Amino acid sequence: MSDGQQESPPAAVIGVVAESSPGETRVSATPATVRQLIDLGYVVAVESGAGAKASFTDEAYVEAGAVIAPAVDVWHSGIVFKVNAPSTFEIGKLADGATLISLISPALNPDLVEALAQRPITVLAMDAVPRISRAQSMDVLSSMANIAGYRAVVEAAHVFGRFFTGQITAAGKVPPAKVLVAGVGVAGLAAIGTANSMGAIVRATDPRAEVADQVASLGGEYLAVDVETEQSTDGYAKATSEDYDRRAAEIYSEQAADVDIIITTALIPGRAAPVLITAADVASMKAGSVIVDMAASNGGNVEGSVAGEAVVTDNGVTIIGYTDLAGRLPTQASQLYGTNLVNLMKLLTPGKDGQLVLDLDDVVQRTITVVRDRETLWPPPPVQVSAAPAAAGASTGSTGVEPKPEKQPMSTERKLTLIGIGVLALFLVNAYAPEPLPEHFTVLVLAIVIGYYVIGKVHHALHTPLMSVTNAISGIIVVGAMQQIAADDAAIRTLAFVAVLLASINVFGGFAVTRRMLSMFSKG
Amino acid sequence: MTSQSVATAAYLVAALLFILSLAGLSKHESSRQGVLYGIVGMAIALVATFIVVADAESTGAAGIILLLIAVAIGAAIGLWRARVVEMTGMPELIALLHSFVGLAAVLVGWNGHLEDNFLTGSLEDIHNAEVFVGVFIGAVTFTGSIVAFLKLSARIKSAPLMLPGKNYINLGALAAFAGLTIWFVASPNIGLLIAVTIVALALGWHLVASIGGGDMPVVVSMLNSYSGWAAAASGFLLDNNALIVTGALVGSSGAYLSYIMCQAMNRSFISVIAGGFGMEAATADDTDYGDYREINAADTAELLKNASSVIITPGYGMAVAQAQYPVADLVKKLRERDIEVRFGIHPVAGRLPGHMNVLLAEAKVPYDIALEMDEINDDFDGTSVVLVIGANDTVNPAATEDPSSPIAGMPVLRVWEADNVVVFKRSMAAGYAGVQNPLFFRDNAQMLFGDAKERVEDILREL
Repeated sequence: MSDGQQESPPAAVIGVVAESSPGETRVSATPATVRQLIDLGYVVAVESGAGAKASFTDEAYVEAGAVIAPAVDVWHSGIVFKVNAPSTFEIGKLADGATLISLISPALNPDLVEALAQRPITVLAMDAVPRISRAQSMDVLSSMANIAGYRAVVEAAHVFGRFFTGQITAAGKVPPAKVLVAGVGVAGLAAIGTANSMGAIVRATDPRAEVADQVASLGGEYLAVDVETEQSTDGYAKATSEDYDRRAAEIYSEQAADVDIIITTALIPGRAAPVLITAADVASMKAGSVIVDMAASNGGNVEGSVAGEAVVTDNGVTIIGYTDLAGRLPTQASQLYGTNLVNLMKLLTPGKDGQLVLDLDDVVQRTITVVRDRETLWPPPPVQVSAAPAAAGASTGSTGVEPKPEKQPMSTERKLTLIGIGVLALFLVNAYAPEPLPEHFTVLVLAIVIGYYVIGKVHHALHTPLMSVTNAISGIIVVGAMQQIAADDAAIRTLAFVAVLLASINVFGGFAVTRRMLSMFSKG
Repeated sequence: MTSQSVATAAYLVAALLFILSLAGLSKHESSRQGVLYGIVGMAIALVATFIVVADAESTGAAGIILLLIAVAIGAAIGLWRARVVEMTGMPELIALLHSFVGLAAVLVGWNGHLEDNFLTGSLEDIHNAEVFVGVFIGAVTFTGSIVAFLKLSARIKSAPLMLPGKNYINLGALAAFAGLTIWFVASPNIGLLIAVTIVALALGWHLVASIGGGDMPVVVSMLNSYSGWAAAASGFLLDNNALIVTGALVGSSGAYLSYIMCQAMNRSFISVIAGGFGMEAATADDTDYGDYREINAADTAELLKNASSVIITPGYGMAVAQAQYPVADLVKKLRERDIEVRFGIHPVAGRLPGHMNVLLAEAKVPYDIALEMDEINDDFDGTSVVLVIGANDTVNPAATEDPSSPIAGMPVLRVWEADNVVVFKRSMAAGYAGVQNPLFFRDNAQMLFGDAKERVEDILREL
């Protein structure tokens, strides 16, 4: 590693500004993240009092190496860190050529993007980080959803008039609270874990059956929507979906009458949240029950929820629609947001020399760049996921950005048509061919399918041994050659002799070499 | 119960054991058991066939002796080669073994024609067509494997053969095969059989000759598949289900393996099995990549001492230099210092699928620290030192960053995200794909020139 940077330009200044939005408690850097930013070579200036609401004092920032500066100077830094999107007034305070990094929600705020593009600045949206594994460490939506899920349970417990855990005390038996979590994304999982650790019985629903294991791992019970999925070649898919929705609604109705607390997390940015709990469901709940609607800002999953408020229904059910759940844990939220920013800065500071380098050929950097020098770069080109098959099906939490569906290599119809043609061809061969061909074809086709499945999960490191063992096995042709040696004809015998000899080399050599290879593989 | 019915029953048992064998081979824990299943299955099949042959009247004592001699010679040669082969020479051996299956299939097909078959009408036509299919697949496998063997053992140049209109040559050979088959079914004669054998031999040669050396892992696995189909075709001819089942197992599993590898290289599967998907000839590259920096063994050792985590990405160069033993020692030394050491293995590193794993296993590197590309690719960021030993194209950032690069889109190990990269290389020559590697000119990359084995030994001394 080269440490001797000569004539390097002065390190850029990162300005950490105080948030202006009413009710915002978070701050974009904490003393801990300030240290990491300084390690990257930057100078950090913090607006006086920026961290006060998140319990970070100016002194703590100074101790970490930051400079406390008045707002005007901080806003004039080369790089400005912020939590919320800037107001029009604040955009004017940025210096020419500055880089602003904050939450932007560019998809929902076209006016804001336009306003930002009026200035010669670079704007990076932290909430636009693509959902690829490399960028996970910068994914603000995940880190905030985690906090919000935790806080949702705490809010519910605060209003709820009973214990979560079941107890048998001298004063009588206390039944445990029953909690239903709708939507198992990051927030849902956090809520399941929190409620379970407090002793409640936790159930969870989600359209994706594969989350069942994740639910179980956090101590919850996954409620599957068990609809017979009768797949047919013609248009049954829609009917199935209707069946599914009906069955899901039934489950919510059944559960609403039974559980004490419901936490809904089905939030799809850019779209209205789906209604999961109807007014009738709410009416069927016991008095004193609590619903936390984490999607309230987007219309809500619960009929009757009000964004930003807690309302009590006629039958005594409290519906909490707070939209600032993450901000209610300001210290934690600031720390995680700050760390997300540090991870982004690591990516943007390849030289660790305090110089921000934006590489628009990098998928992550390209995707988050909303505006650069009066040029609007939103929306970014779709993220190309690597060719690994495992990545194709990866789905994100219901609270997060829904990924664009992967481009299928072949449409379902085309695939089905090809399979149909293949099956028909085999059918015709078997129907018309004279004995013993049909029998042989049957054996052949079944063996091909078995070969495909048997090999499907082969470990990468075993490719060579596998190949040498299949090679030995394909020496089975020796069986055919041996039969021909029985023929009473010198020419045939000679050819068969050579064939037996060659195939024998294969059989013996192949197995022996495989054994030799495998005996070398050992675990550490 | 005749000897024939015993044999039929035995073939079923053998086929089941082969399936268990392949299944066992997909996991480390069960792999040795898998080989055992395969051996037992093969033994049952051989013994059962021997009983049938010995039972047949026409065989006679001479036939039995001939059979035993052939098996004995074959076994001796096979066991001898298996014992002495270097692990670095594994690709050549496997390619050569494939050619034996191919040639055996050709001979079996010829015999199928020479033998009296007492068939009439459409059954005879089918028999004749089966002879042709068996001979054709067998001959393609045979010459294809021979070419692969010659290329892998560097007896011929590994650059792709670029004949004009190579796709038409391949298609023409297939058309000729179809035409000859129809003719042969109509009027069987030995001349046509010779003709189809020659066409197939030429096609096999051309298919593999037009594939570049860098794509050999896929070629070997594809030939593995072909050898299975050759056995299956012989099974049709000889009315033997054991051959059909086994051949189809090998054929389909080999094809699937090739498919996995094609995906790893971002290539079209169809163009691979059709042959001739070799790289375009490398264009002269005048791009100025800047300067590379050299490092010596002592400084590398110092770098490693101060590292908290190290990833080693080996390539064919490690195999050529036989550097796996000193590398294993290096790993041990570093682990004793509590430095986390792992291997990042690209799916097509080496000349055979899984080639690197075999070499590392030979040198007693535990298999649980040898990780696949997908498992390790996100960990380069945050790794102190990456040692690139004899790999080039599989760590080339141009694949992800330069859309005009011939290897664009191929998933690669993102070694450049680590803090430091040390590249072991003989010279600044381009890799197999003939593409310059911008990695060498990155600020965090340094070159350690020379023979990989000697350089690793130098580092060991410094440590």
